Amino acid sequence: MLSPQAQGISADLALVTGLKSGDQGAMAELYDRYSALVYAVALRVLGDTGAAEDVLQEVFLQLWRKPTAFDAARGSLGSWLAVITRNRAIDSLRKRRPETDIEDVILSVSPDLAGSAERAKTAEKVRGVMGTMLPAQRAMLEMAYWEGMSHSEIADKTGEPLGTVKTRIRAGLIALRKAFQG
Amino acid sequence: MSEHEQYADDLLLYALDTLRGEERSRVDEHLATCASCRLELEQLRGDTAVLALTATGPRPPQRARQRLLQAVAREPRLPKIAETSPRRSWWGALGWAASLAILVLAAALWKENAALHETLASARSQAAESGRELEALRKIAAPIIEPEAQRVTLVAAKAPPQPQGKAFYLRNRGSLIFLANNMPPLPPNKTYELWLIPANGAPVPAGIFKPDVHGNASVVNPLLPAGAEAKAFAITVENEAGSAAPTMPIVMMGSGE
Repeated sequence: MLSPQAQGISADLALVTGLKSGDQGAMAELYDRYSALVYAVALRVLGDTGAAEDVLQEVFLQLWRKPTAFDAARGSLGSWLAVITRNRAIDSLRKRRPETDIEDVILSVSPDLAGSAERAKTAEKVRGVMGTMLPAQRAMLEMAYWEGMSHSEIADKTGEPLGTVKTRIRAGLIALRKAFQG
Repeated sequence: MSEHEQYADDLLLYALDTLRGEERSRVDEHLATCASCRLELEQLRGDTAVLALTATGPRPPQRARQRLLQAVAREPRLPKIAETSPRRSWWGALGWAASLAILVLAAALWKENAALHETLASARSQAAESGRELEALRKIAAPIIEPEAQRVTLVAAKAPPQPQGKAFYLRNRGSLIFLANNMPPLPPNKTYELWLIPANGAPVPAGIFKPDVHGNASVVNPLLPAGAEAKAFAITVENEAGSAAPTMPIVMMGSGE
């Protein structure tokens, strides 16, 4: 008997396979699984429902057009969609042209985000780790992630030395990594 | 400061998609030749993925679903040839080898099977059949295991050839097949050594190999401890007899798929 997590991953793979053969029903099911995650990420970055809907549309259409871009061997579909959505939303926020092709977004195996229960559990853990960070470090990580600010932009805004900004953001991400490895 | 430390900040910016223009191109060039930095980039991206989960909010409106499904219905699918074209990622170029490697693995398993049967007089006929099937599989797999076979790797037109390796590992059987191409020539009296990196403990030697004149190499079923869990595989350059522990630097590395 497969665990719920394994069942979620297995269902994702079947649906992505369906996309490769042009199955529109598979697209609808993938949308139902992940649209809440994709929309929440886009809305958090953009703060505008119309712009978030545009990113939602773009992300799923790209998956439809190029389902082979997702490499199931190297990460869960939910994690991959989250990264792509965040990047596209930041591009939209900063009014710049995307430079990363979706098939070049490869990430290491990360927690499964297939089901809403798994997502809620993982989110709680992330918030726990964020809660242990100093407020200044948390703020820098959020500026880099949710606003797409460069290290020097964050240094200018906070008045902290550039080296401190780099160190704190890196340490924040490493703390997250350790929490999910341990 | 090591070469990798020099790129550490850039990789973080790259993972956050805030590295642009020339700086990005410079890192792209380095990534094309550095497996450990590619691995670090993939891990940093994995870290950022979990950060996305702290976003909460309302579900998208129903009209967004309709809009998408209408757009999907209007979109003609890509021609088959485009869907099967090689990925531009660094890992994709060896995709063709996977199915052939499975054949090699199957051949190895058949060989094991045949050996067992030979010890049983009552199963002689089955052994003969296994032998014939093994021979058939060997013929099919010959293009990747025979030294004289011509090997062609197709990559993006402008991409310079890069060293690439692919490991196929069956943990419960301790079976490992490793294929590599575009490997740089070795200095005299040196050899490449493959390492299984377990989740805990020291790297395990997984065979030594030297590339042929075309840069191709393979390792088939090296002696491995039973059930060793592989977190990653890595390659180092060692003295000709091989080594019991890796000598830095790691020249290639890949995490478990």
